[in-house]
Amino acid sequence: MTNGFDTTMKLPHLPDHDGSSFVEFLSKYYPGMTLGANGSAPNSDPTRTAGAVSVPSATTVLAIKYQQGVIIAGDRRATEGFQIADRRIEKVFKIDEWSAMAIAGAAGPCIEMAKLFQTELEHYEKLEGMPLSCEGKANKLGQMVKANLPMVFQGLVVMPLYVGYDLKRGEGRIFKYDITGGRYEESDYHAIGSGGKDARNTMREHFQRNLSEAEVIKLAVLALYNAADDDVGTGGPDLVRGIYPTAKIVTNQGITDVAEDTLRSVCDAVMAARRSRET
Amino acid sequence: MPMPYYVSPEQMMQDKAEYAKKGIAKGRSIIAMEYVDGILLAADNPSASLHKVSEIYDNIAFAGAGKYSEFENLRKAGIRHADLKGFMYSREDVTGRSLANGYSQSLGTVFSQEMKPLEVEILVVQTGINSHPNEIYRISFDGSIIDEKNVAVIGGRADVVQSFLKENSPSHAPNLDEALRLCVTALDQTANQKLQPEGLEVAVLDRNRTGRKFRRLSVSEIRQALPS
Repeated sequence: MTNGFDTTMKLPHLPDHDGSSFVEFLSKYYPGMTLGANGSAPNSDPTRTAGAVSVPSATTVLAIKYQQGVIIAGDRRATEGFQIADRRIEKVFKIDEWSAMAIAGAAGPCIEMAKLFQTELEHYEKLEGMPLSCEGKANKLGQMVKANLPMVFQGLVVMPLYVGYDLKRGEGRIFKYDITGGRYEESDYHAIGSGGKDARNTMREHFQRNLSEAEVIKLAVLALYNAADDDVGTGGPDLVRGIYPTAKIVTNQGITDVAEDTLRSVCDAVMAARRSRET
Repeated sequence: MPMPYYVSPEQMMQDKAEYAKKGIAKGRSIIAMEYVDGILLAADNPSASLHKVSEIYDNIAFAGAGKYSEFENLRKAGIRHADLKGFMYSREDVTGRSLANGYSQSLGTVFSQEMKPLEVEILVVQTGINSHPNEIYRISFDGSIIDEKNVAVIGGRADVVQSFLKENSPSHAPNLDEALRLCVTALDQTANQKLQPEGLEVAVLDRNRTGRKFRRLSVSEIRQALPS
């Protein structure tokens, strides 16, 4: 996209481009480095259609709105077929000071999309001197999901869940996507991934408007625990290795990690409550 | 067919240099000064929205004097250079030195090959982290690059500001308020009247910040630091 001006001044030895989008800059000058770059590869080969390639995939992630903003959390397991590919994978990424995204799908392209999206937002902010609006960021992510569509037909799905704090409206917001880049806003909570349905069921039962921070962390952990209970692709708390879910909260103060100790004690409380029912 | 007049290369370069210098001297000055926690950038800039100082990357900042459209173009190219490098390799592989070299090459080529040289003088500053020293590069319209220590001045009557700072250079590394007061007093030397906080553009690369070190100082913060 050009900004409509014909800038005749060329700068030798430096990247020469118009417009404030890093993704466009990259796809014009370094097309091999963008998402879906190999999407034009021949997919006539029947073994390379959806589901044929086995890649590590990431699984239950969720977001819930609460009094001060929004929480986003995810489990830690990546699977490859019937094997566990990674027990400690991070599925929740800080994107900028006011937003975070969580991913489900093929791990490699997912992490790449998060990195590209981080760079895109920072690039825009530095070039334009001001950050994109919350809505603008969500739309941009939709375009990136859409650009990945050719890869979906080769089985490499990337599905983000995006949360941000809208400083103008003074509230946290949750956005979900479909593989074509369609963007939908959720009013209360949402979960995606193979265990997404199980997590949503838990949240539907326990969600209330204006939860406190402690309550929302507990609900997020409970939903992830239930998802891990019913879904093989979702990892529960690993007591032996000390692996617990990760979560971030986005409020009008910016983004902060939920401390591992907090998550551990909330997990312990959830499990203790479960155990007391079993005996 | 009319014969073009012969102009000796020396004459041509001299004319171009004079032209560029005239353009740069018309503007106002910008100072980069090292202080205890990093580097302070202070510019005499009455506009609140057209910036002369800006962020390039985590610990790298840019300042441009001269023609706005030209240094703005350089600034954007620098951000692309840095973001591309950080995306391709890693964030720590983006260095001020490589960026300053890119600018130097670019300005040098334009100066020798184009009819009109760029009427700009720029600073690339990088604050050192993990006990690395700070780096300040001053790059002129002809691509010449100078590695400055402690303080650098570009634009306007830079020589006047520079000599004032040399005479009044502090014996120890100043803290932020001291550095800012010194910079503003130095900028006052070339202005006709005392500079108001609203007419200053001040930013710091503060190595104590996590992640991106660049931060602009608000008018009230500047007012607080200056003696009333």
